[in-house]
Amino acid sequence: MTSAAAQPPLLEVRGLEKRYGGVVATDRVDLDVHAGDVHALIGPNGAGKTTLVAQLAGQLASDRGTIAFAGDDITRLAAHERARRGLVRSFQITRLFRSASVIDNVALAVQAVAGTSLRAWRPVGRDTALFARAREVLDSIGLGAKAGHGVDELSHGERRALEVGMTLASRPRLILLDEPMAGMGPDESARMEALVAASAATSTVLLIEHDVDVVFRLADRVSVLVGGRVIATGAPAAIRSDAAVIAAYLGEEQR
Amino acid sequence: MLSEAKPPGLGRALAPLVLAAVAVALPLVLRAFGLEFYLSLATRIVVYAIAATSLNLVLGYGGMVSFGHAAFVGIGAYVTAVLISEGATSGLLHLAATVAVTAAAAFVIGAISLRTRGVYFIMITLAFAQMLFYLANSVKGYGGDEGLNIRARSLFSLGARILDLKEPLAIYYVSLAVLAFALVALARFAPSRFGRAVLALRDDDVRAEALGFPTYRYKLVVFVVAASLGGIAGALGANLQGYVSPNLLHWTQSGTLMVMVILGGVATVWGGVIGAAVLMLLQEVLGAYTEHHEFWIGWILLAVVLFARHGLSGLLAARRAPRAS
Repeated sequence: MTSAAAQPPLLEVRGLEKRYGGVVATDRVDLDVHAGDVHALIGPNGAGKTTLVAQLAGQLASDRGTIAFAGDDITRLAAHERARRGLVRSFQITRLFRSASVIDNVALAVQAVAGTSLRAWRPVGRDTALFARAREVLDSIGLGAKAGHGVDELSHGERRALEVGMTLASRPRLILLDEPMAGMGPDESARMEALVAASAATSTVLLIEHDVDVVFRLADRVSVLVGGRVIATGAPAAIRSDAAVIAAYLGEEQR
Repeated sequence: MLSEAKPPGLGRALAPLVLAAVAVALPLVLRAFGLEFYLSLATRIVVYAIAATSLNLVLGYGGMVSFGHAAFVGIGAYVTAVLISEGATSGLLHLAATVAVTAAAAFVIGAISLRTRGVYFIMITLAFAQMLFYLANSVKGYGGDEGLNIRARSLFSLGARILDLKEPLAIYYVSLAVLAFALVALARFAPSRFGRAVLALRDDDVRAEALGFPTYRYKLVVFVVAASLGGIAGALGANLQGYVSPNLLHWTQSGTLMVMVILGGVATVWGGVIGAAVLMLLQEVLGAYTEHHEFWIGWILLAVVLFARHGLSGLLAARRAPRAS
């Protein structure tokens, strides 16, 4: 992108590695995600996409390499410290708080980055700011009518929407979305695509996604991960015609 | 569903007040019927209720299956007994020292144990508790395995008057006040910011941390606070019995507290109270008929675990307010 040279990338990954015994899950990954972009990360099953996301968000420690976010080295920071700096992820396998209602799940996501939560005497129901934002998020993901429901009462698509909604709730600077459309029907996928596009207006997005049609519609830049390595990064059009990418992942029918 | 403020049913709001009134009037009623003997049983139930409530905070609300909670109760009992045997009778000093020592021990034990999870956490808390159990056994200066008798009790000066916990009424009402405070605090905690964060990390601590909650620190806070309350229960128990022994720290005591919590209701405000009262009354009543009362209590526990998912307090709540979906 043209702005790339003007300012340093929001997320700057250099030489990142993760090994499990002899298996190299992440192999010297370099990755730049620029502020304002939707940056898609694609690759075949087992390419190491979810491992990389876990390293970026702090669930997994890296064996080697550095991760810089907004100019600061965050390689050794705990996951919650990264989240508080504005780097928040969603999960491929939905992770919700089962004993809380739909709106409480979102309110918790807002609360998580809002300073201290050690207040133990005042009922949170009076925290109007938390719930105003939570309601706004629920309306934007189409779950406004289900605010008081338990999360077990939601359909798969609704649970996925809530998963992503919780990630957006704290208005992070960088959102890591790990296959937000996993297991969704066409209608639900279309709604999720619109949601990702809308959140890209205010946040930078690193999108892991299998559906290459969606990726080429949404992304400003695309990186291709194969065997733990980034084999290509570029604008969607360039990636679509990259010979190595076609050979390794996209295949003939995508031409 | 915490956010949707439901008007509490009249019964739900009144029940705690009725219970409190009964508890306050109990000594008078017992005296009227010449049953003063049972005041000590009632006090023991209250003290165990405090200990079980403290375990419910860490186990039920925090989701940390600590199998060494009796160690903190035992530490509190020993701190008070040792101070008294050294001639220090100030109740405020006992309270401060109990909280300081149990909190410090819980901080160290928690800081290490909370790096593990699942069955490892259960085992490591058990291991720490057993270490403290053997430590109490080996301190000959304070009774060793025979335990330690104390002649005096904690004294609190209220202006000109002195409150001596040797008085059955004094120890009963002080314990009751501590229990009441613990229950009010627990009821306030659950829907607070901190309480909801703790419930969230019990549900899924990976997600909670990914959202920005410092889950390790929060768990440690809950662990230390619960242990301190357990220590206070121990200090009250030492005053009630006039005797402490290493058995207070034994893992079977931790097991008894766990049985109370599960019986009464995990992660419910009243779970510890109901569990302690029911278990101890069952022991008292069945114990009068058979030596094998533990056998029958085992069956009752089995039935509760199988048929009442939230313990006895869950059963009561379900009867009073059928869940509207």
